[in-house]
Amino acid sequence: MTGPDRLERARAAAAGVPDPEIPALTIADLGMLLDVALTGDAVDVAIMPSYLGCPATLPIAQDVAAALAAAGFPGARVRTVLTPAWSSDRITEEGRRKLAECGIAPPERGAGRLGMFGVRQPACPRCGSAVTEQIAAFGATPCKALHRCLTCREPFEAFKCH
Amino acid sequence: MGGMSRSASAARQGAGEAGVGGMLHLPLAPPATREGDASGLVLALLRRGDDALILGHRLSEWTGHAPLLEEELALANIALDFIGQARALYTEAGALTGETEDQIAYLRDAPQWRNALIMELPNGDFAFTMARLLLVSAFALPFWRAACGSSHPGIAAIAAKAEKEVDYHLRHAAEWLIRLGDGTAESHRRAQDAVDALWPYTGELFSPDDRALVEAGIVPDPDGLRAAWAATVDATLVRATLVRPEDGWMQSGGRSGRHTEHLGHLLAELQFVQRAYPGSTW
Repeated sequence: MTGPDRLERARAAAAGVPDPEIPALTIADLGMLLDVALTGDAVDVAIMPSYLGCPATLPIAQDVAAALAAAGFPGARVRTVLTPAWSSDRITEEGRRKLAECGIAPPERGAGRLGMFGVRQPACPRCGSAVTEQIAAFGATPCKALHRCLTCREPFEAFKCH
Repeated sequence: MGGMSRSASAARQGAGEAGVGGMLHLPLAPPATREGDASGLVLALLRRGDDALILGHRLSEWTGHAPLLEEELALANIALDFIGQARALYTEAGALTGETEDQIAYLRDAPQWRNALIMELPNGDFAFTMARLLLVSAFALPFWRAACGSSHPGIAAIAAKAEKEVDYHLRHAAEWLIRLGDGTAESHRRAQDAVDALWPYTGELFSPDDRALVEAGIVPDPDGLRAAWAATVDATLVRATLVRPEDGWMQSGGRSGRHTEHLGHLLAELQFVQRAYPGSTW
């Protein structure tokens, strides 16, 4: 295999790693895969944590190394980089579609800050209604909050704008 | 913190330097973070890292005790953000001192900690916990926002992450303080009591960092953040129908290692495993 082919194969292996907390999405869908580089036989991967304390960061690094080993790249180096800072704007269109499909409202793009007292409600991922309310600002993972649709009455998770 | 394996060899080395001789000889942190020896930058990193870890630990104490399930999740999530910030700051400090984040967290005694006293006060009731989070976050947000422009790439990178996290905490704390203050007579009384009790501890948030670091654009000058802090706090107190206490005597000491008795008790729990089983890994 040529160099470019090998790099492509390494990139595909890393990109296909599912997020441990939202396994319907890969780390590439979430925009967490910053770079994959190949120097000789050595693979160097840079991933971006969503939140500094997110417990998924370490398993993701381990899963990326394992996926690369399985693809024929043992001993890959996986770095966690803070610059540039990950933002929910990095989630791809494909990632947003998958989020909505599994009942998680995707984050609004370029949302910036809510400010202290602002209100913004995501549309219901089930019925599309814009009439929703927040139940809890924090959810089962650092990146999600809990909401409820006031039209179809179903509760749903929303990916935080971050 | 991270995998203990990284601290294990150094911890054993520390025990060796102390002469070993049994369980009573605890491994000592290297001199760099012991009182009086810290360089300005290490000290500035430890102040922020210790603030984050100690308040994060306090918030984690609510796990299993929060008044409702949603707050259980919220407090644990916020604690996790703080612990993540502490890890990043300790890693940065450790790069200068040759220590791991684990050594910095687990092998310092109370006088070596540099957190502001407000972080280590016991949780009190829910109103006290939320009032503290509001007062601290109202400072942390402009601090990290300013630090995003730090000339130190490591600090700027951490600031860019922390600023977004703290912004969310501030909003949550403000909503709760308003709900409590503008709630029942009992919740109003508790919220006002909390703000009154915490007020003398807010002055220390603005204690100066090393002048040279501020002038080099490495860290923001905390004193310059007073107006931003006051605007956030005042806006929240007004909505919460709470009275802003008069500025009077302000407590201090944490930034130079003089702590309340509460920190020792907190560290006894935080550090127990590494103290009892030096260098243990999992």
